[in-house]
Amino acid sequence: MNLEKVVFAFFIVLALTLNFGFFIGEIHNPEHHNVYELYAALVVSLIATVMKFGDRTHMGAVLLATSLVADLQLIVAAIVWGWATNINGDGLTEPIMVSIASLSGGALLANITSVVLLVIETVQIRR
Amino acid sequence: MQADTSIVYILLRRLRTPLVVLISVYAISIIGMTLIPGVDDQGKPWRMDFFHAFYFVSFMGTTIGFGEIPYAFTGAQRAWTLVTIYLTVISWLYTIGVLLRIFQDPGFRRLVDYASFTRAVRRIRDPFFIICGYGDTGSLLVRALTERGLNAVVIDNSNERIEKLETAGLPLYVPGLAADSADPAILNRAGLAHHNCAGVVALTNNDKTNLTIAITGKLIAPDTRVFCRAESHDIAANMTSFGTDYTLNPFDSFAERFAMAIHSPSMYLLYDWFTSEHQTPLTEPLSPPGGDWILCGYGRFGKALQRYLASEDMDITIIEADPEGTGAPADIIVGRGTEAETLEKAHVKKALGIIAGTNNDANNLSIIMTAKALNPELFTVARQNETRNDAIFNAANIDLVVERGDIIARKISALIITPLLADFLKFSRPYDNQWANILISRISGVTGNNPPYTWAIEVDETNAPAIYETLNENLSVTLKDLGRDPRNRDARIKCLPLMIKHNQSQTLLPEEDTKLSIGDQILYCGSKSASRNMIYMIQNYNTLSYVRTGDELSSGIIWKYFAGKKAR
Repeated sequence: MNLEKVVFAFFIVLALTLNFGFFIGEIHNPEHHNVYELYAALVVSLIATVMKFGDRTHMGAVLLATSLVADLQLIVAAIVWGWATNINGDGLTEPIMVSIASLSGGALLANITSVVLLVIETVQIRR
Repeated sequence: MQADTSIVYILLRRLRTPLVVLISVYAISIIGMTLIPGVDDQGKPWRMDFFHAFYFVSFMGTTIGFGEIPYAFTGAQRAWTLVTIYLTVISWLYTIGVLLRIFQDPGFRRLVDYASFTRAVRRIRDPFFIICGYGDTGSLLVRALTERGLNAVVIDNSNERIEKLETAGLPLYVPGLAADSADPAILNRAGLAHHNCAGVVALTNNDKTNLTIAITGKLIAPDTRVFCRAESHDIAANMTSFGTDYTLNPFDSFAERFAMAIHSPSMYLLYDWFTSEHQTPLTEPLSPPGGDWILCGYGRFGKALQRYLASEDMDITIIEADPEGTGAPADIIVGRGTEAETLEKAHVKKALGIIAGTNNDANNLSIIMTAKALNPELFTVARQNETRNDAIFNAANIDLVVERGDIIARKISALIITPLLADFLKFSRPYDNQWANILISRISGVTGNNPPYTWAIEVDETNAPAIYETLNENLSVTLKDLGRDPRNRDARIKCLPLMIKHNQSQTLLPEEDTKLSIGDQILYCGSKSASRNMIYMIQNYNTLSYVRTGDELSSGIIWKYFAGKKAR
């Protein structure tokens, strides 16, 4: 067992599960989307990205790319949230909640791709 | 390309831990700020949201410290802030420390150097030469090339020498890399396969390295010219066998020039003029006497020198400190030559000249000084091994100083810059001192006291379109026409044709009425401004026509029409 692989897989899967937890629920209902979950998903996603730095294989490059996509989507979602509650002043209205949730849905797809790639790589090694 | 990406990969890989630490510390600090209850300005319970927490931790982490916002903190919030201040500051220091350590890492710096070198080479748009070895010879050669506007790329295995290159103040930017030039990957990086690479010059002081460079050059880029320094004759023969264009033996070339200086001083002076890049004023030829000479040092140089001087009417006494090691004949005098005793044994008082030819500059100077004290009338010749000793050799007031690096550098730069000049020097060898004397006076008549500048013109469509067109109209152009001043055809520009090459046969010092034909190559010497005038003339049809016939041609269609009418 390789500890590096464990940590790596842990962060990738955790990024997916947290993202899923935030995304699930009625898309327009603020009560179904917890801000702490979005925060955790973003932080774990960032850490997962850094974990993929410096891998020179083709698989490593694709994993880094999907992870960067997830980061981008989640950061935009967080910015929309912060803008709505602090700058715009309207609070979490329905259209805003929908756009936050759908952005995180995009990130969810990217994270699923990451996990699928991880599974493919694991199956290929057969050890 | 490869080096560029590997820099990014290495940087990212090494920054992995610091970045994870930084993200974690920020995450913990921010979440703490949002979880700890506070009170607002009206005393109501209040919790910081993520937006404000991120804002607060960001400025606190960089220790800017704007204060407690948006409302004054409670005790619990202050306690948490205390913890996070230390966490963030330490993690930042750690990250920056790692970053600095990466930049100072010799391996990483080498990668950065390689990448910037490769980029600089790729950006060269003109023909360039790869110079391997930046010692005395290499640095002189690079200076000579760049002063003529030719690009160069330098590889040397010593960091110190590459630093010297960076501070040399050359007229063109010369990329340099500290690496092993025997490595084909390094030569490739230096642009061996680049379509602008015109040649490779192997000047390292290791024959095997030079051999590897020559093979690599000829295999990877068969069309480039390869110039090689080889100390042993075996290696030189080996290099020639696979098509190395020029091999130069430093001892042979040095001894050859040395011998020339002694038996044919005017010829030596001619060589000196034509191959000199620094514009020193013309000097009078030396006249070393024939008779008894003393030669100190019987190493590879001494042997080569003895071979070249053997044909002259010179009686040479050899002084050598290590007769067994150098395989010297039995009748030599054992000693270094730096002490009066040895020199007296060699009859220094009766000798006419002395050659200090050891491989140690201090010893050579000491030999000269001691010999002069014993016999002030001596003609002194010294071998200078290192360029940095210029000042002391100048101060020693020696009749003739021959510098090794200088001779090879000049030989190669003549071959590279004007290949015709190298031919001229080769074909002028059989002529005697008398011939050289006449040529010297003719050159002085043209250039006055300034050293001659040499240039070559080629009669073809791209280099001399005006001559090409004129010849195609079945009109003739003579060397006399080319020597006329384009502003006033009765005046002459300061130039002298040295050689004309026509269909592989060459004529030295051609007559003025020689007619040009397409494909001719002409070597000229004269003043720099004359070369500019001539190059202008051979490219401008109207100017050439004026110097040929004295008629000023009309250039536009309308003026041509009227001129034609008047003539009819």
